[in-house]
Amino acid sequence: MTKSYEEIPLTPISNTPSTMNMTGLWRAFRPIVDISKCKRCTICWKFCPDAAIKLVDFVPVIDLKYCKGCGICSAECPAKCIEMIKEGIE
Amino acid sequence: MRQVMTGNYASAYGAKLSRAEVIAAYPITPQTSIVEKLAELVSTGELKAKFISVESEHSAMAACISASIVGARTYTATSSHGLTLMHEVLMWASGARLPIVITNVSRAMAPPWSVWADHMDSIAQRDTGWLQFFCSSNQEVLDTTIMAYKICESRNVMLPAMVIEDAFILSHTSEPVDMPEQEAVDSFLPSFSPELKVEIGKPMGFGSLVKPDQYMEFRYKAMLAMKAARERILRVEKEFKQVFGREYGGLLENYRCDDAEVVLVAAGSTAATAKDVVDSLREKGQKVGLARLRVFRPFPHEEFRALASKVAGIAVLDRSYTFGVSGAFFTEIKGSIYDCPKRPAMKNYIAGLGGRDITPKILEKIFDDIQLFVKRREETDVEWVDVAGLPRRWH
Repeated sequence: MTKSYEEIPLTPISNTPSTMNMTGLWRAFRPIVDISKCKRCTICWKFCPDAAIKLVDFVPVIDLKYCKGCGICSAECPAKCIEMIKEGIE
Repeated sequence: MRQVMTGNYASAYGAKLSRAEVIAAYPITPQTSIVEKLAELVSTGELKAKFISVESEHSAMAACISASIVGARTYTATSSHGLTLMHEVLMWASGARLPIVITNVSRAMAPPWSVWADHMDSIAQRDTGWLQFFCSSNQEVLDTTIMAYKICESRNVMLPAMVIEDAFILSHTSEPVDMPEQEAVDSFLPSFSPELKVEIGKPMGFGSLVKPDQYMEFRYKAMLAMKAARERILRVEKEFKQVFGREYGGLLENYRCDDAEVVLVAAGSTAATAKDVVDSLREKGQKVGLARLRVFRPFPHEEFRALASKVAGIAVLDRSYTFGVSGAFFTEIKGSIYDCPKRPAMKNYIAGLGGRDITPKILEKIFDDIQLFVKRREETDVEWVDVAGLPRRWH
């Protein structure tokens, strides 16, 4: 319900950090990494606009809680080891 | 202690005396020596602040916003294209209600490429929700910087402020400046402690999303804050005078306006020249005055309405031009006095763009012209001054 201007703070405050926004729910395409082809160049990690890629021994691990499925990692990967598949298809 | 210094050093020392804790800036002519001086003061330890060199003005303001959100007093300085690159984040700073202080060394917008004095950059930011102070001397630049923090950080204001000095005419010209003692500034300006801030272990989203059912209430609050800033400016200036002995005339400084028949409205360095011109014309028996527009946001409606009731003519000098309309000061002053019972004749003079000199001779001619205009209105009420090719001579 709309609050009176007298009851609200100076600017809208959310008491949870933006990491609580599970942007992974937006995803239509999911990145699948073929580790056997990965050259450990970390280019995907550098390009991910949402910092949704973690590196484990220089190999990308996609954080599906936040990955929006934009496909930039897949487009930038020189080894072509990241494939985008439609969500809902196993 | 009196020292000789440029407007830019006055800005830097204003930030230093205010104990800015985070300074993020990107160099641009003619602002550069402000940032150089502050970098030096930080490196020698004279100023205990975090100095962040950033890759653009957009980033400079973004860094100031982040620092302000965690409760640091922040400062930056820029000019012309740097300020306009900040435009988006200027809106963010005021919407998030962060009392950041910026010095804008007012300079022309390109093209034609120009680094000289002009108010277009500052005027283009008038809708961003920032307080805007136009200064006329280096002393005023220093004093206004200190006052700006006190005004902005008060609980009923919490809006950012822009201190404006004209490129080169103030920024690179040396004048005697009385530098207040640090202890006196410290007792005048207490440290910044906002009600709301992000702390370690207390994560928050600041300025987050609201739906259409709640947006307007936040904008309404900012409107009230800008309204409250008016009284705050007057009160802080009064306190400043008690401590430091200097005052600047509130939002609209009336200089010899009491029995004036016509007045000139001007801002920035031109207004200082205009005081001399008013004095010399007064000696010749002309009833002229100067209304120095010192604060453009919040706009001095009440002051202009009081002035309009006393004078027969108002000449408005704009050092910028809004294409398709007129000078910005002119339209706003006209709008402000529309419902006054007595409306004086008003004419707009566009002068000094791109740093062209606005000489005493030109100001005298403007006073002559407005006195004629009061008696015999012309078809056009916006005149470009000193443009080659136009029939009128201004020298």
